[in-house]
Amino acid sequence: MAKLRGTGMAAVNYPTGMHLGGDPTQALVHATTTGNFVVTLSSVDLGQGLKTVLAQIAAEALGVPFETVLVDTGDTDTGPHCTGTFASRTTHRAGNAVVMAAREARKVLLEVAAEELEVNADDLVTDGEGSIHLAGAPEMKISVTDAALAAHFVQGKTVSGRGVYLKPMSPMDPETGECDPDSTHAHACTVVEVEVDTETGAVAVLSIKSAYEIGQQVNPALVRGQIVGGAWMGMGHALSETTAPYYPAIDHAPRDFLGYVMPGAAEMPEVECVVLEHPTETGPFGAKGIGEMVANSPIPAVVNAINNALGVRITEIPVTPEVILRALDEKAASAA
Amino acid sequence: MTTKVLRLNVNGEDTLVPVGPMATLQEVLRDKLELTSVKVGCAQGGCGSCSVLIDGELRLACLTPAEAADGCTVTTLEGLNESNSIVPIQQSFIENYAAQCGFCTPGMLVATKALLERNPKPSRDEIIEALSGNLCRCTGYLPIIKAVEDAAAALSGKQSA
Amino acid sequence: MALKDLKIVGKSVRLRDLDTHVRGQTTYYEDVRIPRMLHLKMYRSPHPHAKILKIDTTEAAKQPGVVCVLTHEDMPGKKTFTPLAAIGVAPEDEPILAFDKVRWKGEPIAAVVAESEAAAKAAAPKVKVTFEELPAVFDVEEALKAEAPIVTPWGKNYYQYPDDHAASQIRYGDVERAFAEADHIVEDKYQTKPIEHAPLETTGCVAKPEGNGRYTVYTNIQALYFALDNTAAIVGLSPAKLRFVGGTVGGGFGGKVDIQVEPIATLAAIKTKRPVKYKYSREDEMRVSSTRAAWRIYVKDGVMNDGRIVARKITTYQDAGAYIRLSSYGTMKHAGHMPGPYTIPNVSVDAYCVFTNRPPSSAMRGFGVMSGSYAIELQMDKIAAVTGVDPWQLRLINAYRNGDMKAHRKAADDAALVETIQAAAQLAGQALPADFAAMSSDDRKGG
Repeated sequence: MAKLRGTGMAAVNYPTGMHLGGDPTQALVHATTTGNFVVTLSSVDLGQGLKTVLAQIAAEALGVPFETVLVDTGDTDTGPHCTGTFASRTTHRAGNAVVMAAREARKVLLEVAAEELEVNADDLVTDGEGSIHLAGAPEMKISVTDAALAAHFVQGKTVSGRGVYLKPMSPMDPETGECDPDSTHAHACTVVEVEVDTETGAVAVLSIKSAYEIGQQVNPALVRGQIVGGAWMGMGHALSETTAPYYPAIDHAPRDFLGYVMPGAAEMPEVECVVLEHPTETGPFGAKGIGEMVANSPIPAVVNAINNALGVRITEIPVTPEVILRALDEKAASAA
Repeated sequence: MTTKVLRLNVNGEDTLVPVGPMATLQEVLRDKLELTSVKVGCAQGGCGSCSVLIDGELRLACLTPAEAADGCTVTTLEGLNESNSIVPIQQSFIENYAAQCGFCTPGMLVATKALLERNPKPSRDEIIEALSGNLCRCTGYLPIIKAVEDAAAALSGKQSA
Repeated sequence: MALKDLKIVGKSVRLRDLDTHVRGQTTYYEDVRIPRMLHLKMYRSPHPHAKILKIDTTEAAKQPGVVCVLTHEDMPGKKTFTPLAAIGVAPEDEPILAFDKVRWKGEPIAAVVAESEAAAKAAAPKVKVTFEELPAVFDVEEALKAEAPIVTPWGKNYYQYPDDHAASQIRYGDVERAFAEADHIVEDKYQTKPIEHAPLETTGCVAKPEGNGRYTVYTNIQALYFALDNTAAIVGLSPAKLRFVGGTVGGGFGGKVDIQVEPIATLAAIKTKRPVKYKYSREDEMRVSSTRAAWRIYVKDGVMNDGRIVARKITTYQDAGAYIRLSSYGTMKHAGHMPGPYTIPNVSVDAYCVFTNRPPSSAMRGFGVMSGSYAIELQMDKIAAVTGVDPWQLRLINAYRNGDMKAHRKAADDAALVETIQAAAQLAGQALPADFAAMSSDDRKGG
C-alpha cells in the first residue's frame, strides 16, 4: 500500500451562445439628469457578475465613468427581452446589445454637447471621467451631467439608445449535422497533479494549473473567480458528486449536503492560471464567454491524473474511493 | 396549538416574540423579525447560511428550536453591520472577491466574526476548520480563506498598533 | 494581444453586489416582503412508473390551515407542456400535474396550498392516490431495447429529430474507409452520473395577484421571459398579464431554468386570490429538481502511428429522465460540439436523447459539452498510450487551426487551442520540443 502521484492534462474548447443561435437579447440605455446612465434589460445575475460586466461595457462604449452606470435588470415590465442567463451567452449577447445601445446614446450625447459648445460633434471626445471636450483642446469642455441637463431642458432631446443582438437561428441538417452552431469559441487547458492512497482509495488533488483563452477579458478578477470556482466544481464532479451513486439504480439518492458530497475547503489546492486574450470580432470589445467551461478541463485532467498515478483505466465519474479500489483489485487480478 | 412568548435580545433590542411549539429560531428571525440576512439554504443544518450568534456562540438558526433561545442574546449580521469589529472583515471579503452569488456570505461573515473573536490570529487550517460548516457553491473557497486571513491580519494589526 | 485604449473593460473593478452581499442586504426573491402569503407543498409520486387510478384530495383539503388542493383537474387549458416548444421542440410531454401516469419517482401530482409552510407540509402526505405500478427502466441502453417498458407518450424511448431520425447526427467524410486505413483503432466507453447543481439558494418563487388582473411573480429563474411565456400558456393568461421580477439569484449553474415552480404557484395565486410561495426544500432540490444528465459515450478512433486522428465515430446516449425539458437541445449541442477541438477529416456522430423512469435531467454548466469534453480528453490519453505519442504533442498535432473545416461544415475561426496548450505547458513546467513550442493556430507548420 502506498501513496502514488500522477499528472494529467486536458484541453477543451467551449462555444459562446446558445447552440444554433436564435437567442436574442435587448438592452436600452438612457441618461438621467443626475449624471447617471441606466442600462435596462432582463438578464439575470447568478453571482457571476453580469451587472458589473455590463456596466463596464456600457461605460466603455459611452465614454463615461463606471460608477455612473447603473444596471437595472430583472423586471419584465420595464426591461426588454433577454433569452436568459445560460449557454455562456450573457457577456457576449447582452454585452453586444449594450454596446449598440450605448453607441446610439453616445451619439446623441455628443450632438447635444456640440450644440452647447458650438463645435462639430465629430471633433468631440469623452475623457471617461465625466467630461466631454474638443479633441486637442481639453479646456473646451462640458460635463456629461450638464450635457444631459441641456438635452432635457434646453434642446428637448433624450440621450438614449436601443440595442439588440441576434445571431439568427441556423438549423442543424438532420442528415449531416451541417450548421453554424456558435459565435466563437473559448479555450482552456488544465494540468492536475494528484496523490492517490492505494489503501483507502482517497484522492488528494495537489495542484491545478490552467491556461485560458477567452477573448478580451472584461474583468480579470471575476474571470479568475470563475476559474477557481470551476476548478473546485470540477474536482467535485470528478471525485464525489452524484445523486445516483449506483447509477443506473435510483437508490441512495441524497437528501442533504451530508449525502451529496462536495469537496471541502481543506481539499482545495492552490489554483494557478494564465489568461490569454485573443479578442473575437463577434464579441463586445472582443469578449467571449467563460461562465460554463471552467469545470470542463479540470474534470478529465483529474481523472487522467488518477489513471496516470495508478496505471489503471478508469472511465467513469465520479471516481470515488470505491471506484479506485475496484480498479486496483482488477489490475491486481489481471496481473496475477 | 400552544403559543409561548419568548423574551429575546436580538441585535441589542429586547423583543417579545410569540411562537408555536415547532418554531425554529430561523423562522423567528427571518419571518417574524424580518432579519433577511438569515438565509434558508437547507433548513437541515447542512450549509451554514443561517449562522447567527447566540450569547456570542456560533449557532445554526435552523437547528435551534425557538424556545431554546428564550432569554438569550441573539446577533445576526444586521446586528454586526457597520460595527468596528465587522467592517474590516467585510472590507476584506470585498477586496478578495470572496463572494459571487452572495447567498452564503452572511453566514460566512458571522462564522468569521465568531472565529476571530475567540482566535484573533488563526492559522489557515484553523480558518478552514472554523468555516467547515459553511458551504459555498461558487467560489471554490480560496478567496474566502484569503479574505479571513487578511481580515485577521488587519484586525490584529489594529489591536497591536 | 488585448485591445488597446480600453479604459474600463479589462479592469478588475469590484463586483457590483459585493457591498450588499457582505452586509446581508442583497435582495433575493424571498427577501421581498409580501403580506398574507400562502405556501405550497407538492404531493409527489412514490413510484418511478405507475398508472394513476384515482386521486383523492378530500382528507388533505380538511387539514388545518389548508386553503386548497390543486390537481390536473384545476388546469385551465392544456395539461402538459415542454419548455422549448417555441423553438420547435415537440411534443408537449410533461404534465404540469400528473393525470393518467407517473413516469418518475417524485413527479408532482397534487399541490397543497396552506396558510403556513408547516401546514402545507403536514397536509401533503394526506393526499391519497391509487396507483397501478408498471415496470420501469433506468438504463439508457436498456430503454432502447424492443422489450423495454415504454416511458414516453409517443411510444419510443428516444427523442425524434426531424426527418424521423432517432439521433442528432453528424456525417462528415467516410469513417469506415478511414478506419480500414488507420494504423490503430482505439475504442472506449465513458460514463458520467447525474449531478446536482446544488446552488445555496433553492429553486423558488412567489406569485402575487395585483388585483387588476395582473400577477407579479418574484422568482429566481435564470430566464425571466422564457418562464413568463411558458407560465402564461399553462395558466391560460395573456403574457401581458404577467410580470416576472428577479435578476439577483443565489447561484444557478443551469438548475433554475426548468420552469417547475412558477406555473403552479401562479395557478394557485389565481385560484386563491392570495400570494403563493412555492419553494423547493433542500431535499426537493436534491431529489426532485433536475440534475445534470448521466451520459454514456462510446468513442471509436482511427489513428496513425504519428498520432494523427483520421476518423472518429461517436455514439452517445444522454439520459433525459422521464421528460424532454431541455434535453433534446442538449443532445444536439453535444453532437454539434464533436469531435471536440481537433481537426479530424472523417467524423460520424449519433447522439441519442433517451427517456428513462428517472428524474428529468436538464441543463447544467457546460450543457452537452462537459460530457463530450470529458470523454474526448480521456480518449486522447488512451490514444497517447496506444501510439506512444506524448499526450501534449498528440493534442497539438490534432488541435484545430483557423480555416480548418469542422465536422459540422463551418470553417474554424477564433481558434486558440494551440496557444492555450502551450501556455499551460509553460505554466506547468512541461517542456515542449521546439517545433511544438513554435506551433500556431494560424497554420499547421510542424503539426
